[in-house]
Amino acid sequence: MRIEEQIVGSVHLCIGQEAIPVGACAALDLTRDAVFATYRGHGWALACGTDPVALFSELLGRETGTNGGRAGSAYLSDPDHGFYGENSIVGAGAPIAMGAALAARYDGSGRVALTVFGDGAMNQGAVHEAMNMASAFDLPVVFLVENNRYSELTPIAAMVRRDDLVSRAGPYDMRASRIDGNDVNAVRETISEAVATCRAGQGPVLIEALTQRLVGHYIGDAQVYRPHAEVEQARAKEPIIVLSATLRADGVSEHELAGIETRVRAEVAAAATAALAAPPADPTAVKEHLYG
Amino acid sequence: MTTLALAKAINEGLRKAMEDDPKVLVMGEDVGKLGGVFRVTDGLQKDFGELRVIDTPLAESGIIGTAIGLALRGYRPVCEIQFDGFVFPAADQIITQLAKMPMRSLGELKLPVVIRIPCGGGIGAVEHHSESPEAYFTHTSGLRVVACSNPADGYSMIQQAIRCDDPVIFFEPKRRYWEKAEVDTAGADWYPFDAAKIVRPGTDLTLIAYGPMVKTCLEAATAAEEDGRSVEVVDLRSLNPLDSALVMESVKRTGRCAVVHEAPVFSGYGAELAARITETCFYRLEAPVLRVGGFSTPYPPSRLEDHYLPDLDRVLDAVDRSFTF
Ligand SMILES: Cc1ncc(C[n+]2csc(CCOP(=O)(O)OP(=O)(O)O)c2C)c(N)n1
Ligand SMILES: [Mg+2]
Repeated sequence: MRIEEQIVGSVHLCIGQEAIPVGACAALDLTRDAVFATYRGHGWALACGTDPVALFSELLGRETGTNGGRAGSAYLSDPDHGFYGENSIVGAGAPIAMGAALAARYDGSGRVALTVFGDGAMNQGAVHEAMNMASAFDLPVVFLVENNRYSELTPIAAMVRRDDLVSRAGPYDMRASRIDGNDVNAVRETISEAVATCRAGQGPVLIEALTQRLVGHYIGDAQVYRPHAEVEQARAKEPIIVLSATLRADGVSEHELAGIETRVRAEVAAAATAALAAPPADPTAVKEHLYG
Repeated sequence: MTTLALAKAINEGLRKAMEDDPKVLVMGEDVGKLGGVFRVTDGLQKDFGELRVIDTPLAESGIIGTAIGLALRGYRPVCEIQFDGFVFPAADQIITQLAKMPMRSLGELKLPVVIRIPCGGGIGAVEHHSESPEAYFTHTSGLRVVACSNPADGYSMIQQAIRCDDPVIFFEPKRRYWEKAEVDTAGADWYPFDAAKIVRPGTDLTLIAYGPMVKTCLEAATAAEEDGRSVEVVDLRSLNPLDSALVMESVKRTGRCAVVHEAPVFSGYGAELAARITETCFYRLEAPVLRVGGFSTPYPPSRLEDHYLPDLDRVLDAVDRSFTF
């Protein structure tokens, strides 16, 4: 739809990285926990439980969007599903998650805040402000790095001395682990442990999930900076292929797998059709909600 | 009625707000044990505990981000930025997050965050400790920007800001912190905090000011009276939203106007006022709207600040100039 220009403006996809939101959200209790994501957050919203029609509608600037078409691709939020929003300022979600975690301290609810960001964001001051304060105050925050090895068009190796970002937990004395972010079960187990640690008052926790994006940084990025073979190799290890192989090994039949794929494709197509039919956001209401 | 200094009046206002609503939190650098460098939060941690009055790490972006997260979860944090110039490391969170989130979510995400900023010069401090950064924030839609000028307003306006569901940037004129006046701490019948006020009526010229310059303008009006000129003084109190109705009514009546602030004149808040007044009152103006303010330089070292800051003479000079047209 972006390519057909039904969606206008830049869009960042998480194709190749889906196992991280799916695994992580399976480990959270989204009736009380809070997720703070980035512009690469559509998968996070869906994994939190956002209605796909509302998601597509938001991307299309429709009244029926999660935010009435006022937020768009990179800023949508759906707090009813624990999704406190995307963010297009790299790293800015981390300090905000810290506040949500501090709130849990007052009500003793054991609620956890999870903030997800990329490897590039690890170099932002705000992320370090957040990691320091969260660890100084023992706050229930899960800092989750989606390390796809690129910050926009720049490979991580050019920007950091050590590319194991998990080592950044050391100075802040946080529990930490580095996992295969394409293995949805590994993600779920690791985040479950991290959440339990946080609920027990022993947070924060840093998790580095290794992954690769199969598409450009944004739709339209020709990826000229990336060796072709790298993307080809990544395709062979992408999370849906990995999960399918696991399911096959567990005895799930080809027929069942094909059935799942057909169902999901139909669901997505129906959501897109419904969103396209919805009325566009009313531009005359654009000044509403400036003050409460 | 009690006689209170401005710093104490705001302190009492904060205390009252914390008593009234357990969701109100105070946070910032050295606000707890020390009570803040200007002692505006003095005694609050002792009485409300370390959970509600939080000494934070030295990380302004982190402080505002934390406040946003707290507000998303139903709290009403009041952040202290120690000195005006230190708000710039927090500008990211204020401008890109705090100001934008409520509107972008159709008001579903409410952010009742108050950011208190001691502002302005005149206390012999250095650059970054004497600045007037209000225009950066009035330029950002989605923030309320207010400035108190006296103890009574300090007491009521801080409570109104805390009760407000919108983010509020709350400027406190630090050189007036120790100046005393009568405050009615019993009454709750407050003047609206987004309304301007005529603090001295007059017929010949309107001086518009806010924060630290209100007192300077009142002194100028007294001095002008000796020259036979009746000068009206408007205390704007709220810079965004702007109480246009009161301002325009005053200027249409007097026909002359000067805007006074400490911040540099160039691209300062006065430029917006001058433009709006000209657009609205053009045929009633006897003279162009004049502006009095700081120079377009970094704030100077203490020994030079008297030359930089607008004072009685500069305001009176503007009054005289207005009458030459
Ligand atoms: C403060 C800020 N600086 C720069 C950008 C432009 N930008 C958008 S995404 C990005 C790269 C971020 O890389 P990473 O954190 O690894 O996340 P990824 O996109 O790989 O998921 C940059 C530089 C931005 N959005 N915000
Ligand atoms: Mg990356």
